[in-house]
Amino acid sequence: MKRILAILVEDRPGVLTRVSGLFSRRGYNIQNIAVGRTIEPGISRMTVTVEADRLTVEQVVKQLNKLVNVLKVSDLTDESSVGRELMLIKVKAEPEKRSDIQQMVATFRAKIIDVSPDSMIVEVTGDEGKLQAFMLMMQEFGIKEIASTGNVSLLRGGRTTREARG
Amino acid sequence: MKMNGAQMVLSCLEAEGVDVVFGYPGGAVLTLYDEIYKKGLRHILARHEQGAAHAADGYARASGKTGVVIATSGPGATNLVTGIANAYMDSIPLVAITGQVARPGIGTDAFQEADITGITLPITKHNYLITELQELPRIFKEAFHIAGTGRKGPVLIDLPKDLQAEEGEFVYPERVEMPTYRPVYEGHMGQVSKAATAIRKAKKPLIYSGGGVVSSGAHAELLEFSQYARIPVTTTLTGLGSIPCQYEYYLGMPGMHGTYAANHAISNADLIIAVGARFDDRVTGRLDTFAVNAQVIHIDIDPAEIGKNVIVAIPIVGDVKMVLRELLKKLKPGDTAAWCKQVLSWKKDRPLRYQQMPDAPLKPQFVINELYRLTAGDAIITTDVGQHQMWAAQYYHLERPRTFITSGGLGTMGFGFPAAIGAQVAFPGRTVICIAGDGSFQMNSQELATAACYNLPVKVAIINNQYLGMVRQWQEFFYGSRYSQSCLAGSPDFVKLAEAYGVVGLRARTVDEVPEVIKAALQTAGPVVMDFSVDPQENVLPMVAPNTSIVEMIGGDTP
Ligand SMILES: Cc1ncc(C[n+]2csc(CCOP(=O)(O)OP(=O)(O)O)c2C)c(N)n1
Ligand SMILES: [Mg+2]
Repeated sequence: MKRILAILVEDRPGVLTRVSGLFSRRGYNIQNIAVGRTIEPGISRMTVTVEADRLTVEQVVKQLNKLVNVLKVSDLTDESSVGRELMLIKVKAEPEKRSDIQQMVATFRAKIIDVSPDSMIVEVTGDEGKLQAFMLMMQEFGIKEIASTGNVSLLRGGRTTREARG
Repeated sequence: MKMNGAQMVLSCLEAEGVDVVFGYPGGAVLTLYDEIYKKGLRHILARHEQGAAHAADGYARASGKTGVVIATSGPGATNLVTGIANAYMDSIPLVAITGQVARPGIGTDAFQEADITGITLPITKHNYLITELQELPRIFKEAFHIAGTGRKGPVLIDLPKDLQAEEGEFVYPERVEMPTYRPVYEGHMGQVSKAATAIRKAKKPLIYSGGGVVSSGAHAELLEFSQYARIPVTTTLTGLGSIPCQYEYYLGMPGMHGTYAANHAISNADLIIAVGARFDDRVTGRLDTFAVNAQVIHIDIDPAEIGKNVIVAIPIVGDVKMVLRELLKKLKPGDTAAWCKQVLSWKKDRPLRYQQMPDAPLKPQFVINELYRLTAGDAIITTDVGQHQMWAAQYYHLERPRTFITSGGLGTMGFGFPAAIGAQVAFPGRTVICIAGDGSFQMNSQELATAACYNLPVKVAIINNQYLGMVRQWQEFFYGSRYSQSCLAGSPDFVKLAEAYGVVGLRARTVDEVPEVIKAALQTAGPVVMDFSVDPQENVLPMVAPNTSIVEMIGGDTP
């Protein structure tokens, strides 16, 4: 099963290696990982999506907590949370196909952010399901390339990750 | 106070109470060694960085203090790797200081550059590359704190060459400020109460204790717990010595080469109280057959150990000494009389055994038994890895913790001799005996020079079976006696080897010679190598085949 971990870490050199190294060393597969800043100076946030059962993830969380630079790990999977991923899609766009693409972009509330004589770049944000669906539609026109961020998540409601359990 | 980076290192070591370090110099630590020279810090020069690392480890295991090892960049640092991994697997407090190329050279494949923080990431509790001089005091403070608290372990500090010469203001921090590192020492009281209840209700409880008891100094509490609650105890390889061997309810070691009583007690128990032990595969055998009738209480300082290999009914995270103290306050003994009677009958009827005929080849077990007899069990024992290690665990009976120093988790051949040097440095006046294999000893025999040079009176007892005996045994049992690359023909004459270093060498081939050689060695003021020529065919029994149930014991069933 897919599980989502939010990890707050000290922003020190090598921290990403320590965290990702721990996953690979203990045989857990990272599906995607997103790293960015937080409102606290010196603290970064990683959102990691792993494919593993609950017991395995419990073990990962305990091992992560032992890393000296890790402040807080919480498994957001069973909590009520929102997650989004951003994807850029470069799609073939001959002039006669452009309006079809534009229609699809509007339906998915995506955005066209670059146009060239035979291609477009579309920006789309959403959860994994929406992105999958949108990609499927774009495949009809021919996808040349994609770039995506990996999932970032926050708990719903007023609680912060620091206040989350586990 | 203004000083350079190297002087700062010395000041940090002084502030941490370090009075001896082990190491080996080189280009990237010349400034540091210059300060060691000027300050007169006691430094034991090994003959290989691996030897220095194991010596620092042995020093730590014998004394309970944090060991310190120094090496230069590149090959010096990579030579430490096995020693660091060894300390990591057995949770031994160690601070390794490595030189690094000057900061502008880092990342350029400079001469003798190795990314030692990258290399040791998975085998250190934490590591640091110091890039700013002003961070040095804080990093040393943190390193010693991390190494010696919580679940102990090795910490590495990588120190660029130019930084050692740079001048700066030195203030040693009084406290560590590490919001991300807070080991839990006190067990959860509710859990402790639950454990007390479970123990009182249990009919067939068993204490299974490990290296954590030694690490936290909880041996007295452990014994009191067992005595008061009338619960038999088995201790793992790294826990040996934490229960006196003469203790009535002590069952010896469990697992692959464990006793009949210990393995059967585990399999028949209705409650297992694991104290500072981690259910290693050498103890559990096949996991789905392990302790199938028992609930488990697991007391450990490392939350990640709990539930890792077995399902735990009552987890208690905390320092085992503190938790045992609380538990003792709440405990009421249950009715264990029938169980104890059963377990003690196993112990009595199925002891470990071997047979030494007067004119037959020497049995390794006999040699170890003689070492035990002639030292009255009072020596600090270190071992290498292999058959002789298991025989040492089975036949050298221990009275006290920190007297059995062995590579448990990593199983590092070549550990025993340098570890003995470290233990002897910690306790110059005590008898330190390294029970070595003929294969293992050759992995660090260069340290004979170290023992000779500092006149460290370590006694090495080589159990010379002319084989990588443990490999040979597995080949005999599981690979149709095809002895692939396990014969050590061509090994040196160990007596002559010792003599080449100016060390006394003695040999015993017969039953009568064994006590003579041991007595002569014990009466020698300096280091001695004893070469015991033993029966090459002898196997370690009983044995549980890997990944089978621990009650399926080869050579354990015939009383
Ligand atoms: C560094 C290292 N290499 C290889 C091994 C695998 N190994 C385990 S026991 C053993 C044989 C050890 O031989 P010896 O030191 O003579 O001890 P014996 O078993 O004969 O008592 C070997 C090769 C190991 N544990 N460590
Ligand atoms: Mg051998």
